[in-house]
Amino acid sequence: MSGPNSDYDPVEVAALDPEVVESNVQAALAAIAAATTLEELKAARIAHAGDRSPLALANREIGALPPSARAEAGKRAGQARGRVSAALAERQAVLEAERDERILREEALDLTLPPGRRPLGHRHPLTVTAERMADVMVGMGWEIAEGPEVEAEWFNFDALNFDLDHPARQMQDTFFVEPADAGLVLRTHTSPVQARALLERGAPLYVAVPGKTFRTDELDATHTPVFHQVEGLAVDEGLTMAHLKGTLDRLAEELFGKGLTTRLRPAFFPFTEPSAEMDLVCFVCRGEDPGCRTCGGTGWIEWGGCGMVNQNVLRACGIDPARYQGFAFGMGVERSLMFRNGIADMREMIEGDVRFNSQFGREI
Amino acid sequence: MRVPVDWLGDYVELPAGVTGARIAADLVRVGLEEEGLHGGDVTGPLVAGRVLEATPESQKNGKTINWCHVDVGPRLNAAHGSEAGIGIVCGAHNFAAGDLVAVILPGGVLPTPHGPMPISARKTYGHRSAGMICSARELGLGDDHEGIIVLDEHLGSVDHGLRPGDDLIPVLGLDREVVEVNVTPDRGYCFSVRGIAREYSHSTGAAFHDPAAAVKVADATTGGFAVELADDAPLRGTPGCDRFVARVVRGIDPAAPTPAWMATRLREAGMRPISLAVDVSNYVMLGLGQPTHAYDLATLTGPIVVRRARPGERLTTLDDVTRALHPEDLLITDGGAGEQGRVLGIAGVMGGASSEVSAATTDVLIEAAHFDPRTVARSSRRHRLSTEASKRFERGVDPALPAVAAQLMVDLLVELGGGTADPESTDTDIRTEGPTIALDTSLPGRYIGVDYSHERVVEVLELIGCEVEDPASGGSGRRPGLLRRAPERPGRLEDGAGTGHAVTVRPPSWRPDLQDGPDLVEEVARIDGYDAIPSIVPAAPGGRGLTHGQRVRRRVADVLAGQGLHEVLTYPFVGPDRFTELGLPAGDERRYAVRLANPLSDEAPLMRTQLLQTLPEALRRNIARGQRDVALYELGTITRPTRGAAAPVPGVGALPAPQTLAAIREAVPEQPWHVAMVAAGQVEHAGWWGPGHAVQAGDAVAWAQSLCDLLAVPVTRTMTERAPWHPGRCVQLALPDGDVVGWAGELHPKVVQALGLPERSVAAELDLEVLIRASDRRVLATPISTHPAATSDVALVVSRSVRFADLEASLRAGAGQLLESILLFDVYHGDQLAEDEQSLAFRMTFRAPDRTLRTEEVNAARDAAVARARADHGAVQR
Repeated sequence: MSGPNSDYDPVEVAALDPEVVESNVQAALAAIAAATTLEELKAARIAHAGDRSPLALANREIGALPPSARAEAGKRAGQARGRVSAALAERQAVLEAERDERILREEALDLTLPPGRRPLGHRHPLTVTAERMADVMVGMGWEIAEGPEVEAEWFNFDALNFDLDHPARQMQDTFFVEPADAGLVLRTHTSPVQARALLERGAPLYVAVPGKTFRTDELDATHTPVFHQVEGLAVDEGLTMAHLKGTLDRLAEELFGKGLTTRLRPAFFPFTEPSAEMDLVCFVCRGEDPGCRTCGGTGWIEWGGCGMVNQNVLRACGIDPARYQGFAFGMGVERSLMFRNGIADMREMIEGDVRFNSQFGREI
Repeated sequence: MRVPVDWLGDYVELPAGVTGARIAADLVRVGLEEEGLHGGDVTGPLVAGRVLEATPESQKNGKTINWCHVDVGPRLNAAHGSEAGIGIVCGAHNFAAGDLVAVILPGGVLPTPHGPMPISARKTYGHRSAGMICSARELGLGDDHEGIIVLDEHLGSVDHGLRPGDDLIPVLGLDREVVEVNVTPDRGYCFSVRGIAREYSHSTGAAFHDPAAAVKVADATTGGFAVELADDAPLRGTPGCDRFVARVVRGIDPAAPTPAWMATRLREAGMRPISLAVDVSNYVMLGLGQPTHAYDLATLTGPIVVRRARPGERLTTLDDVTRALHPEDLLITDGGAGEQGRVLGIAGVMGGASSEVSAATTDVLIEAAHFDPRTVARSSRRHRLSTEASKRFERGVDPALPAVAAQLMVDLLVELGGGTADPESTDTDIRTEGPTIALDTSLPGRYIGVDYSHERVVEVLELIGCEVEDPASGGSGRRPGLLRRAPERPGRLEDGAGTGHAVTVRPPSWRPDLQDGPDLVEEVARIDGYDAIPSIVPAAPGGRGLTHGQRVRRRVADVLAGQGLHEVLTYPFVGPDRFTELGLPAGDERRYAVRLANPLSDEAPLMRTQLLQTLPEALRRNIARGQRDVALYELGTITRPTRGAAAPVPGVGALPAPQTLAAIREAVPEQPWHVAMVAAGQVEHAGWWGPGHAVQAGDAVAWAQSLCDLLAVPVTRTMTERAPWHPGRCVQLALPDGDVVGWAGELHPKVVQALGLPERSVAAELDLEVLIRASDRRVLATPISTHPAATSDVALVVSRSVRFADLEASLRAGAGQLLESILLFDVYHGDQLAEDEQSLAFRMTFRAPDRTLRTEEVNAARDAAVARARADHGAVQR
């Protein structure tokens, strides 16, 4: 490299000639624009902005100029290099964006492929329905009580005012435990837990009892010897049948939706007086088809029995019937599930076929 | 109870053109639920046909049909066949040429469960069949489908005078409707048209004409057939019989037929006409509700004595069964056959064969009595004899009825049978007057939540037949005090409360179910209408929500479902064979199970003692239905054996003594909640991603472990041998204190074979009560260290008999407080090791709560761990 030479005429330095600089810039810009890949752009960068590029070389010649000419030549060279590096950066950004987009596109997977290496299992709709019913009751401030399935005959019958010689006791189709005088049965309803809860906790009391119950019915489309009920018992001062109706209406609404018509119909149970059955308007024909096979044309489907707790039940549990009165109900879980989800055959609920469960997910 | 509409119309005014459906809807409002509607849905031509010829023809399908020529009268013969008759194919065989049968012809319509079925002529079995010969079921006349209706049999003793071509629709009552209602056990009086008519009147306000009031009852006399009520052992102080009316009718024509109108009503009500005496008795029972009995007077040796059975007495009942009698059985006896007398029947249940009315009987003794419901219920249950009479007596029959019913029977036998009534009439009557009930008339309002006025309450009670004595209004009429008074029942809930008046209510004789205030409340509410009851959600005081145990069961169920298992519910019944199939050794505690006296199946009389006794059946069923990869679980109770002592049964209406209550509770077997899992096939499915992963013992262990982890319950795993698992592939999970949580692993190959499960099926069963107890505590948090962790890997060579869990326990014990976790990342057996050796490679992670560990500290801890493993298991670091 030559040192400063004040005698040297800058005009003589060809590389810094404005036209030459401009032409180098144009050549650089053209190469940058022509680069279609990051590799080509890298080559263009080396050729036109690298250490050996004409513009870099021209820049070095500035020192050779007389001081009076350096400023202008330096400015020209600097501007030229600035334009080139701006173009490089811009093109770099464009090409990187294109590359990134391409890579993302290339990495695309078919996520519509079936994902189920370990498919989920499913709850049984009966237990989930019972839980849903229990949740509605808990939401109303009730508690959930439980009792044994192999139960003392006294709790299953006598505590509930089923006299040994009353036909109602014979009509219960009871499984008895051997020996004959064991005093034990498979509970025919969840109602014995009424007596257990009253004896253990006294009044006031608001409890619901989901559970398994047993009758000696043969299995068919509408009967199963092992079935489920959700019992309800409220004992407090001033409770009336209107509160019973209100509670069941709320439960029905939460299970089956708003606008469902219910009715109370006089009935008989030894442990309630007055007694009633609660019917739901037929979910198939809505009471409009006299030939409906679901409701037999009556327009109504029996949901469960209920009534005001018989004073003998309160007495058997040590509760003063002069102070407290209450109501009780026992709704069928199988029936509730049949209504809610349109299941025609009860056998599907007990066979344990996984395809049955799988329809429901966690919906119910 | 089947109620013929036209019969109902005799006792209550029915609106013109009323339908059965309308009547059923009106009855349900007052508590009589519709069971069915019958009749009115057969459209003719349905005519009498004379079978001229019936030719059996064997068919390719193995059946034999009858190709019949039937005379249906000249006009219809010509229309549907030839002058000689028509041809019909019939599948039944209970008839022969010459019989008169019911023929429905083209254009007719039969009801079926699937809707109306129009009849047309059609080709079948190689013939053109111009109609159908009908069975009782096809016509909706009953369930009999064994054969077709042969009119002479079906119409019984009726002299029907039918000829071919006569319209059968009115004869069979098919133009008439029958409403069938369910009578609840408290409403004995509704087992009669009289009772139903009264209820219909209550529901609709239609005028009721009491058929009992229309009978002119002859006054009781002396000198009639002698009757002694000699119950020396009343049940609970109630005489077994408190009224016995006996009447005699002589000279009845044994050949006198039952009139067609009566036979039709009996059939419609579901009873077969048999003979005039029997039919009249049934007619009176259905009409009024009072069972009666007719004895052949010629076979009786007076007097009639009503008493309890004596040791060794036997009776052959009308159903030809000889029964040993029980000292509690109440009997009707007479003076025949020696000193003891002769047993004529079990009171209110069934008569005996020896005094039965026969085809030769001309003179009868009529019994109309009132029996204690309890004694009839017990005898009926004891002898497994449920009869039309016992059904009524055990639910309560109106004790005012016997004289009326006997009189009606006498009248009908005189009128229809040409008999003559003896002028004497025996009426042995030791009734006490029923109780009165003290009622505060505000009680119905306070019970129901409807504001019934005092006047409305009194009005309803009087409407249903009660006498109401209202001191405030100076009292109302009372029945003359002919009868001894029972003590007044004490007022109960109604005492001293409310603003209504206190009144005294005497229920009508036909309502023995009305015993206390709430019974009367129900009457007010149902007659006023349950539809008037408002709907109010009560404000409960608020509670604890679910219990810990209830929450645990829900979470366990959710976590298993989340891992791919399906929840099922199996019946809890098993048989001893299942214990053997599961390989339970003799003497295993699980073989001692609660046994049912009346199981659904004799093969499964026991209550399961573990869930894995019933759950595998659901797996087998799924596999049988073509599922290959199935994982199931069940949450349920198991039953431990009873504890020996029987549970006392102290009866209704009173709080038992504390020791009695304790004995009842104590006798109920333990029934802990368990959870069990069973699986076969692939637990991770094969698919586009590659091969699947067959379920193995470790998966069952992982499911079991996940439940312990879910509840933050630490458990140890120990290899063990226990049925029904593979002896080398079973792990026991236990709490640190040793309480066993359960077992998991692969099922024993023999068990798999015996249960018909796929090979290598796996299973687990845990006692949820143990998990619930162990998790019912508050976890106290330890602070999370923010200092870095240091790891150190060691590979240990140990004998293959050393179990991971034991080696890990030694490493943990040796490593001390700084150890955060241990990961087993490799298990190696192979060439570089001796045959009986294995190498287990662990990554140990160390961390201190308060500082960054120095390398020397980490190494020291690791070396201590290895030293402990060497000491405990001879482990050598590779």
